[in-house]
Amino acid sequence: MSGLEAFLAALTPLNLLLAVIGVIAGTVIGAIPGLTATMAVAVLVPFTFGMPPAPALILMGAIYTGAIYGGAYSAILLNTPGTPSAIATTLDGYPMARRGDGDLAMTLACLASVAGGLVGALALLTLAPPLSQVALAFGPVEYFWLAIFGLSLISALSEGSLLKGLAGGAFGLLISCIGVAEVSADVRLTFGSQTLIGGINVVAALIGLFCIPVLIDLVATPGRHLHVAAEPRGFRLAEAVSVLMRKKVNLLRSSVIGTIVGILPGAGGSVAGIVAYSEARRSARPGEHYGKGDPGGVIASESSNNATVGGGFIPTLVLGIPGTPPDAVILGALLVQGLRTGPSLFTEKATIVYTFIWGLIIATVLMLPIGLLLGRYAYKSIITLPKALLVPSVAFMTIIGTFAIRNSTSDVVIMIILGVIGWILGRFGFAAAPIVLGIILGPIAEQGFVQAWTIGSAQQDLVGMFFGRPISMAIIAFTVFSLASPLLMRRWRLKPEIAHVE
Amino acid sequence: MAPRRRFTLGLAGIVTAAMAAAAVAYPTKSVDYIIPFGPGGESDITARLQQPFFKTMFGQDLVVSYKPGGGGAVGWAELNNLPGDGHTIMGVNLPHIVLQPAQKKVGYTTEDLTTVYWFHFTPDAIVVKDDSPYKTLKDLIEYAKANPGKVTLSGSGKGTANHLAQVRFDKMAGIKTTYVSFAGTGPSNTALLGGQTTAAWGYTTSAAALGEKARILAVAMDKRHPKYPDVPTFKELGFDLVSGAYRGIAVPKSTPEDTRKKLSEMIGKINADPQFQKRMLDGGFAMLDIPYEKNAEFMKARSAEFIEAAKEGGILN
Repeated sequence: MSGLEAFLAALTPLNLLLAVIGVIAGTVIGAIPGLTATMAVAVLVPFTFGMPPAPALILMGAIYTGAIYGGAYSAILLNTPGTPSAIATTLDGYPMARRGDGDLAMTLACLASVAGGLVGALALLTLAPPLSQVALAFGPVEYFWLAIFGLSLISALSEGSLLKGLAGGAFGLLISCIGVAEVSADVRLTFGSQTLIGGINVVAALIGLFCIPVLIDLVATPGRHLHVAAEPRGFRLAEAVSVLMRKKVNLLRSSVIGTIVGILPGAGGSVAGIVAYSEARRSARPGEHYGKGDPGGVIASESSNNATVGGGFIPTLVLGIPGTPPDAVILGALLVQGLRTGPSLFTEKATIVYTFIWGLIIATVLMLPIGLLLGRYAYKSIITLPKALLVPSVAFMTIIGTFAIRNSTSDVVIMIILGVIGWILGRFGFAAAPIVLGIILGPIAEQGFVQAWTIGSAQQDLVGMFFGRPISMAIIAFTVFSLASPLLMRRWRLKPEIAHVE
Repeated sequence: MAPRRRFTLGLAGIVTAAMAAAAVAYPTKSVDYIIPFGPGGESDITARLQQPFFKTMFGQDLVVSYKPGGGGAVGWAELNNLPGDGHTIMGVNLPHIVLQPAQKKVGYTTEDLTTVYWFHFTPDAIVVKDDSPYKTLKDLIEYAKANPGKVTLSGSGKGTANHLAQVRFDKMAGIKTTYVSFAGTGPSNTALLGGQTTAAWGYTTSAAALGEKARILAVAMDKRHPKYPDVPTFKELGFDLVSGAYRGIAVPKSTPEDTRKKLSEMIGKINADPQFQKRMLDGGFAMLDIPYEKNAEFMKARSAEFIEAAKEGGILN
């Protein structure tokens, strides 16, 4: 059933139409900071009640994958991740756009997203039951070390001043502590404020820290937002394909990382992008300048975050454990449909499952032409819009997007305050990325640590718990290696080449 | 029942419904149903299950939206500031709305919330992996007695229904176990399946989500759950434990009395629908019918029970 028959079942005109609509709607939603994939899927759920399960799933899968891709638009063009998954895309995507390669970055993001999405979806199609075990192999202590590994990236991100990077990361960790603690239910750092009990929302912080400084700078400095080539150069598709071919190892590695991180229920697209980006950066060859507009950064981030879509469905469908937040919503929608997930789903409801998986693959392929066209349009709008129009419309979008996260005006205020803080810190050389890393990874590290400590104490084997488990040991080794590699590299390479960009 | 009598009853039902409808024109537009948690959780799922029935029965849309934060506190603190015309309603959860204000200042008190209808509960249950060596509750108790503190139980968070159940059950059985708090039932289930903990203090719903990969040792219900006819209740095994997480609907304080009653009737009508019940039971939920009139009494009893358990467990001073 996994083969031709299901493929044909997925190819009905209705399913194709739903896939097209889903991808378009998802991309647009994902491109608007504040509107996340989770929200897009949640808004859609009531519309799927009246549909049979397979088309409903295809529509949700298409909008989900579209939204993860769409996050790249604002990441590249506005330095603001449209969804948390696109954080790492900003690191090289925006510098590319600044120097006039925005068109190439947009096309690369589309190609990488499609490739990553296909790797994830193919893993779902062929290896779902065995791969779902990865989700179970990761216990609290593994999440703790994974978060520490992610934090170690700060050292790579903060070229120039490690101290400033670490300070930013610590600031992010502090912000993540505000509000009711997820595990212990303690109220922390609210200073008696009712508003802060709900904590600082990650997406609100993202918009504030990334987008507001860009807006302030746009107003404060003369000149164009993005540098633009004198003559329009189309999609630069051939160029993008050749870049992709040169970086195929990066593409494949990032897609695999994305698939595996997607399977882990405690992580998601943002962690996948960060890990894939750090690996790409670590294995950079001479001549590649990550953080200054290297196409490899966009490829790593975008291929890995779209691979989490297929990866995330693996534990969702096999174990009934949502791999990513949008999967939780889809799982709920399945329940309303009367579908039970679990191993039996693949045998008893094989038609629906495989039709859905093929639908997801078709939607991912459709993302190629749709994404190229939408990306072109978005790029043109941003470069042709005069500043006087661009700034207010982006500002308006950030406010609406922030409000939409949880229908809260206080989130908007928090977003603006963090934005101003971010702008001031930026003037002193503190980048936004380490702060955001702290906000995202802090809770993962904290929960993992507390749970591992509790279980380890009960078993009277704390050392074994933290250092004796094979996966933990591997992650620790990676962390040490990634921390030490810049030092080693420096020793090996007598003189690093001077950046030739710009 | 004779057909004739059924007819008269049906007629009576229609007449009463018509009278009630004449008394309050409600709902006249779509109803905004705010869930104070994120999408994908059980509060969301049950709201989604109600959604289509609401539309068919009352002709208006039930629009689900989310206002997560502070374990629900952010939404509840704001409830009374929302318009009270019955077109804005909010999900409420027990023991949350009792324990949160009792523990700390969260911007609302239990009495501030006007609860209208409690429509179901998710019974506490001890769940083990399918290949666990513990076949019965007795096996687990014996092991726990021999190894105090060594049994680890994953659960969905400090101060949740399953945490209170753990505290109460430890006392009843005379054992000492270690509760490992996770961020919700999803991660707690994952830890169970991954063999990170001995067992889970979960709910019948979480067991239902895991299917054949997990077994329930006992459920904290009065009678056995229809979906699990072979699983004993704690009561049968000699422990007087009937508890769980309750879900209901509340309205802003300014909502008129008539509208509250009408809403209560409407939710009751959805609850009475056999198809709705089937979906709920399949998901592992247990039905409950506490209409508006009985809310004060119900809240009083539950509050006392939860506060006492929390004090015993050292969660409250």
